Amino acid sequence: MAASNKYKLSSPAAFYPVAGRMIPWFGASAAVLAAIGLWIGLWLAPTDFAQGDAYRIIFIHVPAAWMSMFIYLVMAFWSALGLGFNTRLSAMMAQSLAPTGALMTLIALFTGSLWGRPTWGTYWAWDARMTSELILLFLYLGIIALRNAIDDPRRADRACAVLSLVGAINVPIIYFSVRWWNTLHQGSSVSLSAAPRMAAVMLAGMLILAFAAWFYTIAVALCRVRVIMLERESGSGWVSELFALNIVHLKKA
Amino acid sequence: MEFLAMGGYGYYVWGSYGMTALVLALELVSLRARRGRAVAHLRAGGLDHPAAPLAEVLR
Repeated sequence: MAASNKYKLSSPAAFYPVAGRMIPWFGASAAVLAAIGLWIGLWLAPTDFAQGDAYRIIFIHVPAAWMSMFIYLVMAFWSALGLGFNTRLSAMMAQSLAPTGALMTLIALFTGSLWGRPTWGTYWAWDARMTSELILLFLYLGIIALRNAIDDPRRADRACAVLSLVGAINVPIIYFSVRWWNTLHQGSSVSLSAAPRMAAVMLAGMLILAFAAWFYTIAVALCRVRVIMLERESGSGWVSELFALNIVHLKKA
Repeated sequence: MEFLAMGGYGYYVWGSYGMTALVLALELVSLRARRGRAVAHLRAGGLDHPAAPLAEVLR
């Protein structure tokens, strides 16, 4: 009995309504945290002595860059689970994360470029950090394109899972690039092992926006995984039942 | 006005925040449209394997 409960949520039919109930909470949390974070970042935090107001870009650059790497690892985790246990839901979770991961990578690259111009004097340099982050964007786009190129969803799941796992090697390369090589990109200002090298109010704004990005990603990924379920399981009983119920409900209203 | 100028870095700061807002808004709008298509497809009877055109790459 306990075992059946534990695995109950791994079926799309059981997960679909649970995800639907979670989306508003994650979405609302993301909106509230984003509002607070933007207020701190754009208004409350003082102008930086060295960089002027250009530094305010890091309030979105750093959370987006963190998310771009973290989403990839989560996607690779679901891919591994899908390959190992052949579960439909894991593959769908991986599929739902790729577009948001690509967007976060794009935001990190774009804002980094706009920050680099006034701060370093260039929009772009082929240094290790920037190049490996650009490769991350290509990996995300490659995974999305690969899925679109394979008609059978279960084969696409396996192909995308293999590509995701192979590409995961790029994430530690991005993360440690500023230590392994001499890069134009500076080392991290925030780490788990040392005191942050930035003012408390700036750190607070950045962390709050990082949590906002987290909750946004969870809300959007859950939303997308539900759509993927409708697309991929359209022939199955639970989806037909869901829509039979909805249509009855609409007729009553 | 001084707030908008961002100490002379307005172009870079608002360019970053504006692009981020635009991209996130586009993601939400396209996800909503994709859901609408899936629902319309199911209402219309639904096929077992709906085709996914390459144009949907970033949705």
